[in-house]
Amino acid sequence: MPEMTEPVATDRTEGAAAPGGNGPEPQAAPRSLWGDAWRDLRRNPIFYISAVLILFLVVLSIWPSLLTGTSPYACDLGRSQQGPAPGHPFGFNTQGCDVYARTVYGARASVTVGICTTVLAAVIGCLFGGLAGFFGGWWDSLLSRIGDIFFGIPILLGGIVFLSVIKGGSIFTVVLLMAVLGWPQIARIARSAVISAKQQDYVQAARALGASTPRMLLRHIAPNALAPVIVVATIALGTYISLEATLSFLGVGLKPPTVSWGIDISSAATQIRNAPHMLLYPAGALSVTVLAFIMLGDAVRDALDPKLR
Amino acid sequence: MAEPTKTVGEREPILQVRDLVKHFPLTQGVLFKKQVGAVKAVDGISFDLYKGETLGIVGESGCGKSTVAKLLMNLERATAGEVFYRGEDITKLSGRALKAVRRNIQMVFQDPYTSLNPRMTVGDIIGEPYEIHPEVAPKGSRRQKVQELLDVVGLNPEYINRYPHQFSGGQRQRIGIARGLALNPEVIICDEPVSALDVSVQAQVINLMAQLQDEFDLSYLFIAHDLSIVRHISDRVGVMYLGRMAEIGTDEQIYEHPTHPYTQALLSAVPVPDPAAREGRERIILTGDVPSPADPPSGCRFRTRCWKAQDRCATESPVLAVPERFQGSDSPAAHASACHFAEVKDVVGAA
Amino acid sequence: MTSTEKTPAVPAPRDADSPLLQVRDLHVEFHTRDGVVKAVNGVNYSVSAGETLAVLGESGSGKSVTAQAVMGILDMPPAKIPRGEIRFRGQDMLTMSGEARRKLRGAKIAMIFQDALSSLNPVLSVGYQLGEMFRVHQGLSKKAALARAVELMDKVKIPAAKNRVHDFPHQFSGGMRQRIMIAMALALEPELIIADEPTTALDVTVQAQVMDLLAELQREFHMGLILITHDLGVVADVADKIAVMYAGRIVETAPVHELYKNPAHPYTRGLLDSIPRLDQKGQELYAIKGLPPNLLHVPQGCAFHPRCPKAQDICRTDAPALHTLGEGRRSACHFWKETVHG
Repeated sequence: MPEMTEPVATDRTEGAAAPGGNGPEPQAAPRSLWGDAWRDLRRNPIFYISAVLILFLVVLSIWPSLLTGTSPYACDLGRSQQGPAPGHPFGFNTQGCDVYARTVYGARASVTVGICTTVLAAVIGCLFGGLAGFFGGWWDSLLSRIGDIFFGIPILLGGIVFLSVIKGGSIFTVVLLMAVLGWPQIARIARSAVISAKQQDYVQAARALGASTPRMLLRHIAPNALAPVIVVATIALGTYISLEATLSFLGVGLKPPTVSWGIDISSAATQIRNAPHMLLYPAGALSVTVLAFIMLGDAVRDALDPKLR
Repeated sequence: MAEPTKTVGEREPILQVRDLVKHFPLTQGVLFKKQVGAVKAVDGISFDLYKGETLGIVGESGCGKSTVAKLLMNLERATAGEVFYRGEDITKLSGRALKAVRRNIQMVFQDPYTSLNPRMTVGDIIGEPYEIHPEVAPKGSRRQKVQELLDVVGLNPEYINRYPHQFSGGQRQRIGIARGLALNPEVIICDEPVSALDVSVQAQVINLMAQLQDEFDLSYLFIAHDLSIVRHISDRVGVMYLGRMAEIGTDEQIYEHPTHPYTQALLSAVPVPDPAAREGRERIILTGDVPSPADPPSGCRFRTRCWKAQDRCATESPVLAVPERFQGSDSPAAHASACHFAEVKDVVGAA
Repeated sequence: MTSTEKTPAVPAPRDADSPLLQVRDLHVEFHTRDGVVKAVNGVNYSVSAGETLAVLGESGSGKSVTAQAVMGILDMPPAKIPRGEIRFRGQDMLTMSGEARRKLRGAKIAMIFQDALSSLNPVLSVGYQLGEMFRVHQGLSKKAALARAVELMDKVKIPAAKNRVHDFPHQFSGGMRQRIMIAMALALEPELIIADEPTTALDVTVQAQVMDLLAELQREFHMGLILITHDLGVVADVADKIAVMYAGRIVETAPVHELYKNPAHPYTRGLLDSIPRLDQKGQELYAIKGLPPNLLHVPQGCAFHPRCPKAQDICRTDAPALHTLGEGRRSACHFWKETVHG
């Protein structure tokens, strides 16, 4: 693109329904940018598909008993690796547990780990990245270098090493570890978003009015720097879920008795020739879940930043 | 350093700028930053702004005019020099004292698209000054005040709940002006307030600013590169070049009787919107570009592009004062000009 | 296709009657999620060799979109050209093959953009980018292409061209970068140059240098020049004829002297009147009331009527045709007679 074409400029100047003057008044209602984004989001079929899926998963992880009366722990070794049977649509795994029940109950671990890790990583990331971006100078050097140290450790490798040393295995330790290794990604985005928001004239205007630092941060910078963070965090949520499954698969993540897709995939993998159904269902559920979050992230990005289209 | 002078006569200076300097350090290295030089954005500027007047500041990009605006607003800390507001040096203020001064000096920004927070309603934007300075307006009266301001700048008061992106460029600039007016300031610094607007809308905003000046007895520092607009709105005009003031005087003195070669070249380069003037007009086409403010020429800043330059210009910085040959004369050429060889040369010609 | 011989200048005698470029009834629309934006609505203009046409208008008037359509660089999924002809030397460029069109572009028609910095590739040296034109279009060797690049840089008066040919775009000042853009446009000795706000980003003293250079080169190579701008001063300095655009339409065309002396459309008159004049000091500036229209909802009838001091009932209902007033003079106003006489 050699230069800004006129229609873009038009979109900005006159396209946004100029009130006043003497033209007609096409729309009188106030429209915030969040409102515009929400309107765009509701026009996007991808958003509906992913939102319905995610809603379903969340409900599932809170009340798994809505979908199955069978306990994931009620196992009968006698039915080990058997195929689908009445009342047990997905068949049984090696221990003779109901695969359907385990798939349903497995959502809880994945969704909990995904959401908690994202929230924790976002909080740490926004705090570090925001402060580094806003204050700059020494703060920036210090906080960014700390971030770089963690950023240099691949989450998977770090997870394998630390979890195998501390022999954890609870949801809490997995979440903590992934958040500690994952926040620099969000911090980087938050830092650059804050820096670009900080340079806008409206922040200068607020300073010229005598606004205090917290006011500038909370009122002017944070709302304008939030959009890219939300997008990255939503997409990261999907990857955290798949990471948890990977760690559990490798035997260092969640441990039984916690029901996790990763654990089930791990134990099914060796039996793939005899009983492919044991692998198929938890793996499918995992893929759909990760996909749903990544699709949501994409839809949110499209809505928040229409320029990307 | 000059003390703020009490002026004789009727005019009362409201802002006095004395030897103002701003150098931005150039650093190298990541962790241990080493200063390797400085961009001399503003390098010793002095002028007065009188009550109720408009002082235009013109100059090309890189001359430091926008930095002057930021220094006067205390958005940047001056490296040296003083800015006196009603006799008090405001460059060293901070905290509450600075906040108090800010009530009286406000700013209108260049870009109406980036100077309004897109996530706030127009009411919140114009009302923010009252939240920061709650003593100006009690809480209950704020909404009404904001609506009055919208009316003053020619916008429908019912638009109070709309967002900036629902307005056009000219209307956004009106919102910016309303925000600047909210605290009833005495001085408004206007940094290229119309250069981002369409030609047909520029005139509307200029008229509005002129009308508000009369209504509220405002003093404007009007920074712009459009010489014809500056001439229209200004009582006095200062011409900046590479961080220094080249020439300053009344609009007539500067436009009709410029004595600094840079002013003469600048005025002659402005295209005249009259094709009949195309042939007869004498134009001074300068050679080369403006030197970098990180490494300005010695002596007179303009000498590298000046057709009059002599050895003296490289060694001796000309001071901004009424040139000797015009001292005591009441000709319009007798105004401050920082040139060793200042003389009148008619350049405006047909305009 | 291209004349490969190195002897420049001395343009072949061309039939003077047929214009170099003719745009006829051009329409361009953009399909956005908010609806169809009719950016260009039946534009006609023509340029002959050696002539300068200034297209004057504000943002959203369609002046740049028209030029991009001529140049063939519109992004075609959002944009669409439902109707119109763009004839270069009599050939309609809209119906010719993509390959044929590409060959015209650069070789016969060149464009200069407003923002020279973003139009140059930052990671390639200026000499390489200038030489690329010769390597690609004329198959010159690397060395020969570089020599031609230096020649070109001399031509556009870049000092010490030989030493600077290996420099990168960011090492040049704004004015010098615009000179490089001009050099690049001139490289293949095109017959038509389209300059889209070539000096808007430049300072006044540099603007004067660049406009002078452009005019000089145009004379030397006898090129047609379309100058797209909003600056009435620049237009008065260089244009032969002017087309004034408003809301995607041409509202007035005229030779430069007549337009400034006697505008025949209220919009042109308003623009001229809003220039600050000496004798108006201390008074209100004349201002065209209202705002440029939203292109999604262009007013019925004459698009300018909500802002026009002369508007009558007919203006609200009937879109005025482009009336011919005289040689090269047209006005799209129902009341052009009254307007032209003050």
